Amino acid sequence: MVRVYVSSIIDAAAENVWARVRDFNALPQWHPGIADSRIENSEPSDRIGCIRHFHTRDGGMIRERLLALSDYDYSCTYSILESPMGVDDYVATLKLTPVTDGARTFAEWSAEFECAEGRERELTELIGGGVFQGGFDALKRHFGRR
Amino acid sequence: MLQKVVRSTVIDAPIDRVWAVLRDFNSHDQWHDVVAESRIEGGEAPTQVGCIRSFTLKDGNRIREQLLTLSETEHRSTYCIVEATVPLQRYVATVTLKPVTDGDRTFWHWESTFATPPGMERELRQMVAEGVYEAGFENLRRHLGRRGDARRGDGGTTTVSRGAPVASREVRLHRYGGPEQLEVGAGEAPPPGPGEVRIRQRAIGVNYFDIYLRRGWIPALLPVSDTRPGVLGMEAAGTVLDVGEGVGTVLPGDRVAYLGPRPGAYTSVRTVPADWVVRLPAAVEDETAAALFLKGLTADVLVRDLGRVGPGARLLVHAAAGGVGLLVCAAARRLGATVLGTVSTEAKARVAREHGCQHVIVTADYRFADAVQRQAGGADVIVDGLGDAAREENFAALARRGHWISLGQASGALQPISPDWLVQKSATFSRPVVFDYVDTPATLAERAQRLWDALAAGTAPPIERYALDAAAQAHARLESRGSVGALVLVA
Repeated sequence: MVRVYVSSIIDAAAENVWARVRDFNALPQWHPGIADSRIENSEPSDRIGCIRHFHTRDGGMIRERLLALSDYDYSCTYSILESPMGVDDYVATLKLTPVTDGARTFAEWSAEFECAEGRERELTELIGGGVFQGGFDALKRHFGRR
Repeated sequence: MLQKVVRSTVIDAPIDRVWAVLRDFNSHDQWHDVVAESRIEGGEAPTQVGCIRSFTLKDGNRIREQLLTLSETEHRSTYCIVEATVPLQRYVATVTLKPVTDGDRTFWHWESTFATPPGMERELRQMVAEGVYEAGFENLRRHLGRRGDARRGDGGTTTVSRGAPVASREVRLHRYGGPEQLEVGAGEAPPPGPGEVRIRQRAIGVNYFDIYLRRGWIPALLPVSDTRPGVLGMEAAGTVLDVGEGVGTVLPGDRVAYLGPRPGAYTSVRTVPADWVVRLPAAVEDETAAALFLKGLTADVLVRDLGRVGPGARLLVHAAAGGVGLLVCAAARRLGATVLGTVSTEAKARVAREHGCQHVIVTADYRFADAVQRQAGGADVIVDGLGDAAREENFAALARRGHWISLGQASGALQPISPDWLVQKSATFSRPVVFDYVDTPATLAERAQRLWDALAAGTAPPIERYALDAAAQAHARLESRGSVGALVLVA
């Protein structure tokens, strides 16, 4: 089981950051690595169990199911149903926590998954670096420096 | 109605550094300005779940808090107030750290729930949120930042150049012999490698063991020559200058003491393994720690581990008015033993009695066996630092099934003790090296805490101070048998 954990500080209040990332279908709006996205079967994007069907900028297709969502804890958990990455039993959680000192946000994004032996480092860099830190960098840029 | 207070911040330091401080339930008097003094009750370790810290605030209030949860994997500590002069009721707090991987920083989350007397909600919420949590964030940030981080490549705000030796003043010898062989000169302490710390030493303990090494009785431990002098000293106390890679238990700026199996402490700056080092509570001064650390640990091992002293045990200790002697008297007396001691003068007898020795035998020429037999019917445990000159007398003083512990050899190396001798009294014989009994950092910390607690609860032995440069005089004084209590060099 591989575990990837990435965390960062975003210079904006947690409720504002949550408002930007909460929508399970909004990845293309805030993540530079995602080209387009739709929710299958026209379900609302905050219904637990709904599936987002999206493409990365390099053309890969991924389907992910929403497993948990909390407007109280500012967190969401989802699993991968299909992807070109070669991962199994992939479950990820994105969570925000207020930093009261300075009205900032502590953002955590983690994933656990299985993969073929020898691919751990490559996938950790792709997921941890490209997807997670890439997303946080975009949020940091969006909310700017105060 | 239950109040809830949550505060959080980001500290610009790796999580291991911040956790090293916060995981220690008793560290807060070292970094939190609102805390005056703190100690863990009952000699327990600060990482022992269930332990209680008893502390005073600078405003005079007193609080006792119990550790309920400690998790190294989740960097979490939960504790509650047991008793306080502040009206916080059912106060339970949790500290949680998380790594900020982006920038190798730390997210610190501090929250609590509590009840208050009616009308006091706002005042107490503010006290907790601002006076304790927000002030705590600032204080710890300053504590970590002021010391600098010698491991960072940017040079930081350290007073020590990373990677460079630091000049020191040391006392060394080129030849074995008397006190006159000790010379003062310039030395240097190398930068701390992985697992090491470099300490600006303020006080150095003088032990009789230093005299054995100076005389050349253990050449393998301290080889000396004209071109390669040796430095004596097994323990010291001071302030950490910088730490090597992988050291998370002490930080630059911490007040510490250490003891270790290799000599080299007679100096003003020294680099030693972090495993040898313990942090000093605010109440223990550098000179006290350096004078009593090794001696106190020796007494602890002798009385508890080896002597297995309990109520009614008859313990005989020689040089009862020396540093180790006085600590053994007090430790044995605390455990309920009947304590007998030998000293060479009446003046020393008085001091020995003050520290728990009930039967003091004044003898300048190692005659004590008759007195021991008369006064107690023999000794169940003998703590023997005298060596060969007292061999027959010690054997005669031993009770049947007694335990003879050979600690030192002031009068000369003890000749072999044969099994035929031991069988005559069903006796046991030990020849311990104290360092074998403090072989893990956890054991060392536990014994150290017991020592600090005992010193806080009772009287410390008298301490004679000499400047580091006057080490030769200190040795002459110790060998003259004129000193009482412990000797320390001040750097």
